[in-house]
Amino acid sequence: MSALALAFDLLLVAALLWLAWQALFDAHRFSAVAHFMVFGLVMSLAWVRLDALDIALAEAAIGAGVTGALLLAALGRLPAKAGHAPAWRRAQRPLVWAAVATVVSATLALAWVAWQLPRPGLAGPVAEVLPHSGVDHAVTAVLLNLRAWDTLLEITVMLAAVCLVWSLGPALSPYAPATALPGLPALTRLLHPLFVLVPAYLLWRGSHAPGGAFPAGAVLGAGGVLMVLAGAVPWMHDPRRQPLLRLLLAAGVLLFLAVGLAGLGLAGTFLALPDALAGPLILAVEVAAALSIALMLMAFYLYGEPGR
Amino acid sequence: MFHAAIAALLLLNLGVALWRLRRGPTSADRMLAAELVSASAIAVLLLLAAGLAQPALVDVALLVALLAAVATANFVTRTWTLLHEESGSREEAGRD
Amino acid sequence: MTEWLHPLGYALIAAGTGFFVAGNLGLIRFPDLYARLHALTKADNLGLGLICLGLACQAPSLAAAAKFLLVWALMLVASSIGATLIASTALACGLRPRQQRPGSMEDDEREDTP
Repeated sequence: MSALALAFDLLLVAALLWLAWQALFDAHRFSAVAHFMVFGLVMSLAWVRLDALDIALAEAAIGAGVTGALLLAALGRLPAKAGHAPAWRRAQRPLVWAAVATVVSATLALAWVAWQLPRPGLAGPVAEVLPHSGVDHAVTAVLLNLRAWDTLLEITVMLAAVCLVWSLGPALSPYAPATALPGLPALTRLLHPLFVLVPAYLLWRGSHAPGGAFPAGAVLGAGGVLMVLAGAVPWMHDPRRQPLLRLLLAAGVLLFLAVGLAGLGLAGTFLALPDALAGPLILAVEVAAALSIALMLMAFYLYGEPGR
Repeated sequence: MFHAAIAALLLLNLGVALWRLRRGPTSADRMLAAELVSASAIAVLLLLAAGLAQPALVDVALLVALLAAVATANFVTRTWTLLHEESGSREEAGRD
Repeated sequence: MTEWLHPLGYALIAAGTGFFVAGNLGLIRFPDLYARLHALTKADNLGLGLICLGLACQAPSLAAAAKFLLVWALMLVASSIGATLIASTALACGLRPRQQRPGSMEDDEREDTP
């Protein structure tokens, strides 16, 4: 059995290395993007082998799904002659090899350091406070209660990224597809109920099993991207709806901040959640965060400010 | 044991599909290879879910299945477009 | 009932794996995009479907079996509609299927795929 596991892991590692190499150094840009998307998928399999199911969910949804969608849409805007990246000049090659050597040695050093870390890590202390945290799943407790500060900052960074992308210019109007595609609205109609049900299920599961706000928001965002592709979200470009759109985008950060300040008032520390209210508060923050993350991913997909 | 062996076989299957990902003359061939990789990954996840008795893996498989649809739809409408606005002429999109 | 359900599951999983390998072989060996699309949809629909069916036969509860079948239904929708999307767009982009008519020399000399 362990020989099988070893063969499985070696295959995974070989595939990951090959895909990463191709994604970085392939001159043909579409090929590099395709390799990157497949890399995200195989990476989520690697996370599954490492028993980190929450990260596997997030990697599959964000790495392979939404980032792939963003890169594909960006590729479609490049002029035809930009299909290949220019080859490195002779003077650049030693620098490239020096950079590769530095990265490889840094990775080996980090791996050695990680090997020296104490084995159980923080699982023991987290398990002790888990009954008081309001949820039953250790990862959700860490993300939304014990280290809620990090999650708040992450969502704020995403909001700042949306502001940056929107500041680049008005939303890009897409090129027309090559032919009429009657299958696309059918795909959207058939799949959209699942694109709402699965995030709700993942959100609910996050309290006692792998799931949570980030995978749920990413799947909801992918469903939103599908609807944008089928032309079914005209309200995002409507100038009258812009204040509502901005409010919904900021809702995650705002609710999280409000919960943090309430914690300051009720328990004396910013983002401290009182034990009795911790469960409902975490659920409320997760719902707002998932909705905001979904809208933020759709906002990235527009590649510019809508409604102008 | 059986499930783990089949999962390993399907992972090998996934690895072979990477050849088409590298080779495929048109962009659509690469997207087909990516879709076979998705299907293989879903099968591997489902087999591991049954073999290791971890039902949470079926959720990961559900997610990958949902996203495969988005990737194909995205590719067809946003990447493989035919008419480029700046040139105004029809251009062969699949040609690499 | 349950005593033959378990071996049936194993048989279905083995059959599904066979279709997966066949689909992969087709993706590698077939000469042009449309033929490869045929091979891919067999692997996606039949291969994954038989594996899901086999796992559903061996599932401990009805809910778990229903989840496996849901994954299959989802992949069915995604891959079949995706195949039509790719094929129509390929046709509109000018990719012609490779057709070898017996006795015509120019088809054999044409390049593999445009």
